Amino acid sequence: MTSSTAETLEPGARRSDPAVSLVGVTKDFGQVHAVRGIDLEIGTGEIVAFLGPNGAGKTTTIDMVLGLSRPTSGDVRVLGLEPRQAIARGLVSAVMQTGGLLKDVTVRETVQYTASLFASAQSVDEVLRRAGIADLADRKVGKCSGGEQQRLRFAMALLPDPALLLLDEPTTGMDVEGRRAFWSAIRADAERGRTVLFATHYLEEADQYADRIVLVRKGRVVADGSGAQIKGLASGRTVRATVTRPDTDALAAIPGVDTVDVRGEAVIVHAKDSDAVARYLLNQTDARDLEIAAKGIEEAFLSLTGDDDEPEGALA
Amino acid sequence: MSTRMNTQTIDTSARRVPALGGFNPTMLGIELRRMLRNRRTVIFTLIMPVVLYLIIGTNDTYGTDRAGSGNVSAYILISMAAYGAVLAATSGGAMVASERALGWSRQLRLTPLSPIAYIATKAIVALAFGGLSVAAVNVAGKLNGKAEMSTHVWIEAALIAWLGSVVFGAFGLFMGYLLPSENVMQVLGPVLAGLAALGGLWFPIDASSTMGHISALTPIYGLAQLSRWPLYGGAPHLAWVLNLVVWLAIFVGGAAWRMSKDTARV
Repeated sequence: MTSSTAETLEPGARRSDPAVSLVGVTKDFGQVHAVRGIDLEIGTGEIVAFLGPNGAGKTTTIDMVLGLSRPTSGDVRVLGLEPRQAIARGLVSAVMQTGGLLKDVTVRETVQYTASLFASAQSVDEVLRRAGIADLADRKVGKCSGGEQQRLRFAMALLPDPALLLLDEPTTGMDVEGRRAFWSAIRADAERGRTVLFATHYLEEADQYADRIVLVRKGRVVADGSGAQIKGLASGRTVRATVTRPDTDALAAIPGVDTVDVRGEAVIVHAKDSDAVARYLLNQTDARDLEIAAKGIEEAFLSLTGDDDEPEGALA
Repeated sequence: MSTRMNTQTIDTSARRVPALGGFNPTMLGIELRRMLRNRRTVIFTLIMPVVLYLIIGTNDTYGTDRAGSGNVSAYILISMAAYGAVLAATSGGAMVASERALGWSRQLRLTPLSPIAYIATKAIVALAFGGLSVAAVNVAGKLNGKAEMSTHVWIEAALIAWLGSVVFGAFGLFMGYLLPSENVMQVLGPVLAGLAALGGLWFPIDASSTMGHISALTPIYGLAQLSRWPLYGGAPHLAWVLNLVVWLAIFVGGAAWRMSKDTARV
């Protein structure tokens, strides 16, 4: 009997079936297109951040990976299985933003209850220890703080020793210390080679804890790469100037231009080659009050995930 | 496929699905403890029917007045036991309401627990609580000593009240799926009191009156009549059995319908 398969996981493990495979996945809720076509493959052992603003379709996508909802079109596979089959075999666990807990039972009872539902599960004391809540075992769940409840959800997620762990905005509502403690528990666990996919809208969190960042906006993947690659998108500069009747098409056509914003008479252009933009503006328009500023990471993130329809700066 | 140690992958084919859809005694035990720990539920379903019987059913007149092969105290004892079973079974079924409101049902969907195993657990908890409630009223009645009926009537009436309460376990489930709130019993309590009056649990209703015809269509009527049938003997009326079966079908159908809506949407 494999009472613990943890030691059989190793970092960088690869197997024929990817941990997660999404092919042409869409999800509509009535008139709302929450997911507009996502193709994504996550190999075993990867730690991937699903980064995007609220409403980007992160939670909807995670729900489909968990089999909580079905895609309107497309195919979702988890370790080569239908999502619900993977759940039934304890291969996938999740720490959900909205997953509720019973308030009238203790922390230990909650874990015992959950453990009893799997064909085989890790020991209750072991997962409580790994989640850092062994000393809270006899406390009623209703008396635990938000961060403690989140670590309880993490303990529950560890029970089946899943090959894939999904975390949906796991640190929402935690203070800095709680966030740090939570992530160090996740990191320590991931070193055993578990695949981790977490949704977040904090670029910093994604950069710090993920090997790979998948940037989503309005139900589509707009960028997919390492933290360094994603941050590379921030290497451009912002050019601002006042222009009478700016020609946005001509601006957008300049090589290296990511976005063009017009606010009244002000033109704001994000570009990798700010010199070319400045040269164009000064030579071929009546531009005045021209300023050039370095673009921050958060700004890069916003420009990639913002709510307008500028060209999508997708990475390879 | 059975490579062991130091292999790099989880052998997905080695992972098993739990037997019985995840149904197990540990979960059942925790669920029963939860219900016993809930002071409001205990007062409402175990203590209140006993108190009602002792107040209503044990005066001297009822001790001497006859009802079937026993006395009126026995008649009221059976009625209150049935009422307690109805309350307890409904509370048990209605637990799904608070679990849905809290998001626990959603959490459970991240485990292998099948919806049928979940419902089976709730049904067993509901029946166990119904049984406790019936036992409480009967033990109190025995100790109090006013109720008179032969032993087989005691046992048969208690068994019928208990098993018939499964109708209300299904009712609780249906309402639990219909009204996702943490305190659904605050709504259902008064509703059940009204239905108990209409069904003839509080006071006898003349079967030939208009009220009697209405009463025969309400959900507690069948259970009330069948529970008291051992006291009177003879053959049970088809209408009683029909009432019980039809309402059971309606509530089970309603619960199944709401549940399928629920799992499709989540």
